[in-house]
Amino acid sequence: MKKTVKIRYRPNSNGTSSIRLNFFSGYEIANGKRKAKRLIKTLPFHLITDPKTKDEKNQNELNIKKAKLLAKEWEKNLYKKTNNNGLIIDPKIPKGNLSEKWINHKSKINLVSPANKRQIDVIVVGTGLAGASASATLAELGYNVKTFCFQDSPRRAHSIAAQGGINAAKNYQGDGDSIHRLFYDTIKGGDYRSREANVYRLAEVSGNIIDQCVAQGVPFARDYGGLLDNRSFGGVLVSRTFYAKGQTGQQLLLGAYSAMNRQIGRGKIKMYNRHEMMDIVVIDGKARGIITRNLVTGEINRHSSHAVVIASGGYGNVFYLSTNAMGSNVSASWKIHKRGALFANPCFTQIHPTCIPVSGDHQSKLTLMSESLRNDGRIWVPKKLHDVKMIREGKLSPTQIAEKDRDYYLERRYPAFGNLVPRDVASRAAKERCDAGYGVNKTGEAVYLDFSSSIERYGKERALVLGLDENDTSLVMNLGKQVVKAKYGNLFQMYEKIVDQNPYETPMMIYPAVHYTMGGVWVDYNLMTTIPGCYAIGEANFSDHGANRLGASALMQGLADGYFVLPYTIGDYLSDDIRTGPISVDRPEFEKAEKYVRESLENLINKKGKNPVDFYHKKLGKIMWNKCGMSRNKNELKEAISEIKNLREDFHKNVKIPGKLNEFNEELSKATRVSDFLELGELFAKDALEREESCGGHFREEHQTKEGEALRNDKDYKYVSAWEFNKEPRKSVLHKEKLEYEEIEVKTRSYK
Amino acid sequence: MAISGLFLILFLFQHFTINLTSVFSEKVFNSISHFMGNNPIVQFILQPILIFGVVFHFVMGMVLDYQNRKSRSVKYYYVKGSSNSSWMSRNMILSGIVVLLFMFLHFYDFWVPEMNYKYVQFNPLDPDRYYHEMTHKFENPIRVSIYSFSFLFLGLHLLHGFNSSFQSVGVNNKYILSIRGLTKLFAIGVPLGFVFIALFHFTNSI
Amino acid sequence: MNLTLKIWRQRNSNSKGEMKTYKMSNVSPDMSFLEMIDVLNSKIISEGKEDPVAFDHDCREGICGMCSMFINGQAHGPDRLVTTCQLHMRKFKDGDTIVVEPFRANAFPVIKDLVVDRSAFDRIQQAGGFVSVNTSGNTQDANSIPIEKNDADKSFDAATCIGCGACVASCKNASAMLFVSAKVSQYALLPQGKVESKQRVLNMVKQMDDEGFGNCTNTGACEVECPKGISLKNIARMNSEYMASTLKS
Repeated sequence: MKKTVKIRYRPNSNGTSSIRLNFFSGYEIANGKRKAKRLIKTLPFHLITDPKTKDEKNQNELNIKKAKLLAKEWEKNLYKKTNNNGLIIDPKIPKGNLSEKWINHKSKINLVSPANKRQIDVIVVGTGLAGASASATLAELGYNVKTFCFQDSPRRAHSIAAQGGINAAKNYQGDGDSIHRLFYDTIKGGDYRSREANVYRLAEVSGNIIDQCVAQGVPFARDYGGLLDNRSFGGVLVSRTFYAKGQTGQQLLLGAYSAMNRQIGRGKIKMYNRHEMMDIVVIDGKARGIITRNLVTGEINRHSSHAVVIASGGYGNVFYLSTNAMGSNVSASWKIHKRGALFANPCFTQIHPTCIPVSGDHQSKLTLMSESLRNDGRIWVPKKLHDVKMIREGKLSPTQIAEKDRDYYLERRYPAFGNLVPRDVASRAAKERCDAGYGVNKTGEAVYLDFSSSIERYGKERALVLGLDENDTSLVMNLGKQVVKAKYGNLFQMYEKIVDQNPYETPMMIYPAVHYTMGGVWVDYNLMTTIPGCYAIGEANFSDHGANRLGASALMQGLADGYFVLPYTIGDYLSDDIRTGPISVDRPEFEKAEKYVRESLENLINKKGKNPVDFYHKKLGKIMWNKCGMSRNKNELKEAISEIKNLREDFHKNVKIPGKLNEFNEELSKATRVSDFLELGELFAKDALEREESCGGHFREEHQTKEGEALRNDKDYKYVSAWEFNKEPRKSVLHKEKLEYEEIEVKTRSYK
Repeated sequence: MAISGLFLILFLFQHFTINLTSVFSEKVFNSISHFMGNNPIVQFILQPILIFGVVFHFVMGMVLDYQNRKSRSVKYYYVKGSSNSSWMSRNMILSGIVVLLFMFLHFYDFWVPEMNYKYVQFNPLDPDRYYHEMTHKFENPIRVSIYSFSFLFLGLHLLHGFNSSFQSVGVNNKYILSIRGLTKLFAIGVPLGFVFIALFHFTNSI
Repeated sequence: MNLTLKIWRQRNSNSKGEMKTYKMSNVSPDMSFLEMIDVLNSKIISEGKEDPVAFDHDCREGICGMCSMFINGQAHGPDRLVTTCQLHMRKFKDGDTIVVEPFRANAFPVIKDLVVDRSAFDRIQQAGGFVSVNTSGNTQDANSIPIEKNDADKSFDAATCIGCGACVASCKNASAMLFVSAKVSQYALLPQGKVESKQRVLNMVKQMDDEGFGNCTNTGACEVECPKGISLKNIARMNSEYMASTLKS
């Protein structure tokens, strides 16, 4: 939507027309209603309505010219000044060279004095890497922090399940890594759909994260010299991933949790476990608090603050089956979206290539096998359909298939990156093989991840080091297994527990599964959403990963946002709030929000339907996976939109929620989350439909090359789709943030 | 618990060594017993420390057990303790009480008459009386079986307690495995030895 | 498979609970234990006679530490090195009776059915489970202090504790020593944590005692039942740290 100042004339009774400049800045959401937002300025001169003389005509022309000039000038000013409630999307990227933007911005930003910080309250929702690190740092700086999580302890947040590692441009391996290379890899990996300045900043602070975590006592893997060890991940040509076996996320989260604990102990953070955010409270256009539900007692509470930080993670659970935790939800993000925050690129979802395949209808979630396994595992399916058939019938085991009858399809298609192509590419390739009928389990949806050649290679290496016979096969295999165990022991054990097969002896079976959502709440360079004072960090926002995230970058982004970005940028906003004083929760806006929350909960629980919540969630997941999954097309997306709408309506008629409002009620909590997913799903499909190109995790069947690779359309779609809520998800209004790349050349992504 | 326990184990070993001499030589046994019974350092310094150690150990043991029971006031419906820990480790209070009861008997048998002999009736010193007093006690088969039974429980108590006390005082080095082996050897060997001595004197008496 | 479940039902922390019996049929051996309870719950919901069984769970891949069931007399059930969510029904036989209870300890009060309040663990961590370093980003380079691989590995092994509370649930004394010692060890083994290790162990142990956990009598049940295989050696390490700190202070 192009926004210009228009000139309007209004005839007066005395034969003149006054000239008014009319600026339509789009819509705003005020008290849940959509209103046009207009600014009108009447100019101090006028036109003669019926110019008769030449002079009069000249005069009019002159005045029109003047008005046009003034309009342009005003437009320029407005463009700069219009606050985010207007719909101009200004990412507020600082001026200057890419490499100096962040440094300059930090040094020019407004600060809050230590004495004033004590007067300011900040609410953080979520305690994953982003939320925990932000809470800890804000509290250290001196703000009064209130932190909320729905789990029984902040340490349970799903960041804990991240396995493989965290990237940082440390170049400890001396393999040519640099800030610029990490930045470049991330932009390229994101298929040129991320914001350049944000990504550069991310790469810039990445090194600090490692320093910080080591200082906090995070036990990263080390080599025999006592220095930090690295491994490599998909989509890059250097080893820059720091790790702690297959539990890197756990260790980093516990590090952030411990920093938080220190502040909770000092009383600077007030921690609310088992509390769920139900709504945000906006007063005079600014985020001023939240309404929560105590999940143990069912109590509804009001909490006020000077700023609200949403760090509630991604929305992968809209697919029902995903690698997210059971409780992971979009509700906090969706609530702020409905109150005016734009939601960006919802269709950019990452389908992770290496997950344990679905075993049956009872399945409640999928388990990820770290991408780091692709360092040492080779992915293949049989070359012959006959072999596939035999395997499915259980007459042939994969180890019996000769080397020449195996199709290492990633190595075949992408010789340069081989098994380490980015996730989106690896996932699609697996789907392509399985769709062609080469899937190796009963459902036909699995491929092999085989470690035998690595076991042999490592075994020989070890035998040489130990001075043993490298031709003794069983010895070599044993030594090799030990090496593999040291690297991935916990993952192999996890696989064995779930599938009941020994992955040291027989190849693992894997299949892609929903894992991460690159899309999320739209934020500017300062990580502020379009509601002033409301921030979104970590997976909840959209900014850094474009259309596809590289492995080991999520942890990096979460911690970068929480430790090193938000604590600076939030000060800029809060510096205006030092005179505000405490915000009373008795204000009518709080009352209204609480009433709204109460009513919608009562509404849910009073439905005497027949289907449990999971029934709807599973159905939604099926629609999403089949029609908005790894590949999408116009017709199916359109079907998805109407199917989801119908499902939502059915949900609101026929859902059955046992129990009461004022008690521990898991079904009720699930219902509130699923009702938000049912809205998000529709927007997701709408976004996917609107984006007529294939890029990263978003693959439109209509847009592919002859070889089946993604075909991007930079001419028409090099923008961020930021959606404004408008009564119903299908009626959402699209806003675009143009993506400009100054430092790098936008080209076709190739891993061949 | 660990430190008092280790101290008592030291005493037990000493006691065992002295008793063992009774199997080989009446004379040596009598002379050591006489020394222990009349040396003022042993009698007026070590003996009170020992008594304090014993009392401390069992009082603390009971207090701990009380606290531990209190820390789970609603009990499980079903616990499968054998799946993760040894019987000995879960029943220290039981084996401890058996040993404590035994000690009352033991005091009644030896310590009370001894104290009576020395400090109440002020009988004259007799360096040769100990061996016979001792063998006399082991003539009754019921007493001998009670003795043997109690030592069985002492063994069980030690099987967990001795090893466990190293864990409690924080021994955590490469020797811990050897220590663990030695404690087991001790926990089985010493009580068996006591039983052997009792049976030895019992068989001699018939 | 057909199973009989005996499950602890308790409306809230104030009410008295009881064991209730449920019959399950057609249980697939590939299901996880929690998926089996999901099926039971959907049955309970559709029958509409009572509320579904409340239980804690989140990641369902054995790392968040939220699931906490005491199954057939053992924390996280009969399998070793797994949490409840990773326990699969293939570990049971057709016709089995399975007793499911919440983790019990006075320091873990029951909230509802199988859900317990483990915030005591958080408070122990708040008493000292951290390195006092600000997150300013002005710390020294990560590689400036080499750490012996052996120590780093041991520290990591201790740090893998997921805080589920199985140690407390399994211990006949409801002692939290394994949990506390894992954190104490993680930091005591690293130069970054060594600096304040004395004060840390004193503070954490004091908080542990205040929370009403029992004493350690070295039965070793915690180590066996720990889903992450945290070693008893950590307790020994903490004991020696504690003694040294008490003597010095």
